[in-house]
Amino acid sequence: VLTMPMELTQSRIQKIWLPNDNRPALPRRSCGPQLANSPTVIVMVGLPARGKTYISKKLTRYLNWIGVPTKVFNVGEYRREAVKHYSSYDFFRPDNEEAMKVRRQCALAALRDVKLYLTEEAGQIAVFDATNTTRERRGMILNFAKENGFKVFFIESVCNDPTVVASNVMEVKLSSPDYRDCNSTDAMEDFMKRINCYQASYQPLDPDDYDRELSLIKVIDVGRRFLVNRVQDHIQSRIVYYLMNIHVQPRTIYLCRHGESEFNLKGKIGGDSGLSNRGKKFALALNKFVEEQNLKDLKVWTSQLKRTIQTAEALQLPYEQWKALNEIDAGVCEEMTYEEIREQHPEEFALRDQDKYYYRYPSGESYQDLVQRLEPVIMELERQENVLVICHQAVMRCLLAYFLDKSADEMPYLKCPLHTVLKLTPVAYGCRVESISLNIEAVNTHRDRPEEGKKGPNPLMRRNSVTPLASPEPTKKPRINSFEEHVAVSSALPGCVPQEVPSQLPGQ
Amino acid sequence: SPARELTQNPLQKTWEPYDNGLPAGHSAQRGVCMTNCPTLIVMVGLPARGKTYISKKLTRYLNWIGVPTKEFNVGQYRRDLVKKYKSFEFFLPDNEEGLKIRRQCALAALNDVRQYLSEENGHVAVFDATNTTRERRETIYKFGEENGYKTFFVESVCVDPEVIAANIVQVKLGSPDYVDCTNDEATEDFMKRIECYKNSYETLDETLDKDLSYIKIMDVGRSYLVNRVMDHIQSRIVYYLMNIHVTPRSIYLCRHGESELNLKGRIGGDPGLSVRGKEFAKSLAQFINEQNIKDLKVWTSQMKRTIQTAEALGVPYEQWKVLNEIDAGVCEEMTYEEIQENYPLEFALRDQDKYRYRYPKGESYEDLVQRLEPVIMELERQENVLVICHQAVMRCLLAYFLDKPAEQLPYLKCPLHTVLKLTPVAYG
Repeated sequence: VLTMPMELTQSRIQKIWLPNDNRPALPRRSCGPQLANSPTVIVMVGLPARGKTYISKKLTRYLNWIGVPTKVFNVGEYRREAVKHYSSYDFFRPDNEEAMKVRRQCALAALRDVKLYLTEEAGQIAVFDATNTTRERRGMILNFAKENGFKVFFIESVCNDPTVVASNVMEVKLSSPDYRDCNSTDAMEDFMKRINCYQASYQPLDPDDYDRELSLIKVIDVGRRFLVNRVQDHIQSRIVYYLMNIHVQPRTIYLCRHGESEFNLKGKIGGDSGLSNRGKKFALALNKFVEEQNLKDLKVWTSQLKRTIQTAEALQLPYEQWKALNEIDAGVCEEMTYEEIREQHPEEFALRDQDKYYYRYPSGESYQDLVQRLEPVIMELERQENVLVICHQAVMRCLLAYFLDKSADEMPYLKCPLHTVLKLTPVAYGCRVESISLNIEAVNTHRDRPEEGKKGPNPLMRRNSVTPLASPEPTKKPRINSFEEHVAVSSALPGCVPQEVPSQLPGQ
Repeated sequence: SPARELTQNPLQKTWEPYDNGLPAGHSAQRGVCMTNCPTLIVMVGLPARGKTYISKKLTRYLNWIGVPTKEFNVGQYRRDLVKKYKSFEFFLPDNEEGLKIRRQCALAALNDVRQYLSEENGHVAVFDATNTTRERRETIYKFGEENGYKTFFVESVCVDPEVIAANIVQVKLGSPDYVDCTNDEATEDFMKRIECYKNSYETLDETLDKDLSYIKIMDVGRSYLVNRVMDHIQSRIVYYLMNIHVTPRSIYLCRHGESELNLKGRIGGDPGLSVRGKEFAKSLAQFINEQNIKDLKVWTSQMKRTIQTAEALGVPYEQWKVLNEIDAGVCEEMTYEEIQENYPLEFALRDQDKYRYRYPKGESYEDLVQRLEPVIMELERQENVLVICHQAVMRCLLAYFLDKPAEQLPYLKCPLHTVLKLTPVAYG
């Protein structure tokens, strides 16, 4: 039964043990927990201005950061591509047959791109961002998913608080391309009429009866209540947990590194040294900076390494020490200078420059490992309000990549200099970042990407389900063509659409 | 004012501020889960809806992740007070005597809750009773407010007669209440007992209870209603409750086969299997085959010795870095003799408090628990799983399943070449 000699070789960059493959390959060993098997379509549901796009983008950012390839398909954007100029809410009136046809085509085109992404572009999760307020539309999507072997998970946002709705309209709708030529009052009035167009035909998800069998979460009143039905797998469970932890209260996150350390001065990496004199000056400057920010209830977090704790001590505020915020473990290279590493471990030195994200120090960690270790920090940051995180270079890069939606490729090269505070404020669909140098001299610990290393991600790299991708650019081209018009009559599914696409699209 | 001095705690290797030689405040260690106010969890539901099952399981989980938690089962107080249970008539809504005793028991239990949370450093108390009327819940909520506790309700709603019947068979027939009855007599009496509660049952309501924090679990986890989660610990509790299930399954825990370094008496490192270790791997393959397990998932660490062991099974497996053995820091690859010689202080400290002791530049069992929490969460989601790991790691996982406290955890017996098969049964 067993002739396997159990010979293993350790991969050079990631330090992962793999069998010497002379045997027929077994569908084996992923290098991390399997987060998802079948691709999943997340279907947003809700009236306009209920936060669907906000949730879609934020969730997509999170999933990509933890290494699950995810993409948003916003049907409104397809509509803007198809109908170059938005005139008024009349477009959305339920009796506007011409517009209904166009809107349906846009949805179908988006679904076709969903299929492409999940079956041919290695996508794992597609977020279908549209109102999807009728059972008929949702039924159509369920059929589409069933035909393609995709799981479906619904996220409905229900909110009847007029203050919240008005505030959403102000925050993200008034600046929409649709209202580029309008003043705020006109835009607001038109948008409210637009919402009205959907109201009569809105059939909310009904998990008690009609939608009993569906997997869904209903987010009520911006997270006050949740109704969860039939979570199918690990990734849906993580999605639910994430959605239950995020909030929309205005707040600020401050990220900075410890003050310059004794080891920084010597060019040594890692270790657990104390602050240099300049580092201590920075800590005092940080104290002043924090006071000037005049914040309500600031939480302060540090790692368990001396240099971040010394920095926090200067603030004279309570702080929490997180081991998870410790700097990347450089294993056998701990406490060496880069020159010493280059001398004593030349191959390791070269490998790191080759693929800095996946590269794991011998007996140490990689950026990829860091992301996994930092996930609970991100989750807790989402729950919190004003927080100052005093951490380390690699750790700060990982956290920053999450907030600014940077890919694995970019992450290890993000600039996080000593004695500089990054101030992050949520705004509209993203995050505003302000870089504030506290004007205390320090050594520069940043190493740029080497010239030869400037290529794309290595396809041979074992992605390990923890490989951040930046959220992909939304697909703009609707690929609406005359073929689809004919097929559309019979509640066409993208699967029915002929593969051949004419090279000329109407209107181009 | 001058910066406070930092000193490294010799046991846990954490940096703590000192003011004039005395430990100062302001610096908290973040464990797996932080709590500020004590939390009172209040179970709600008709009998045989899984309240005690949930209470015990949740208590076990919270204690394992380092949140001191205790359950208070009012039925137990009633059994202590009313020595002999006669019949369901005790629970009739018009039985004045019965009502008085039951109220007394609830108050006694709440008194003990107060003692636990306010005087004994408890963080979470689980108040396990039916709590099916709004009136009773209001009393408890007021009690919580008066004492500065946050209250979180956990309601279990289930109307499926099969589930209820199964619960009765699993845990009620064996109750001390029915020690002198036949199964049929016990079942009949218990069903009548449930009826006693039904008329006055007021489920948590969307409108009337909109300001309370709660989770309503429907049909053993098919769906959930979550209202006003207030803080981190409530969020973690909700996440845990949403991941557990009651489908029968088995969890197999074992270590890698004997390694080359095991043979030399050296700890840590990343060695391969010895000859005997490879033999074990083959035996493990055979054992797994014989068990004839449906859809077995196999997990290993990212260390060579567990992977080599899994390779012998000829089935797909997943490598988890968080299953790696405890990092012994500067003591990696040493023998215990060498450690005693080169680091006599460390050697002594470890024996003093093996759970909290952190190797210099390494980890402690306490750190391990934090890193293994996602493994436990995923084990709860899964069905049949074989985890091939390491001694310290296996002790941590075992302590979770067998509800062993921190003091015992580092001494649990997990010998090489031995498989532990864990099957959920009744409340454990």
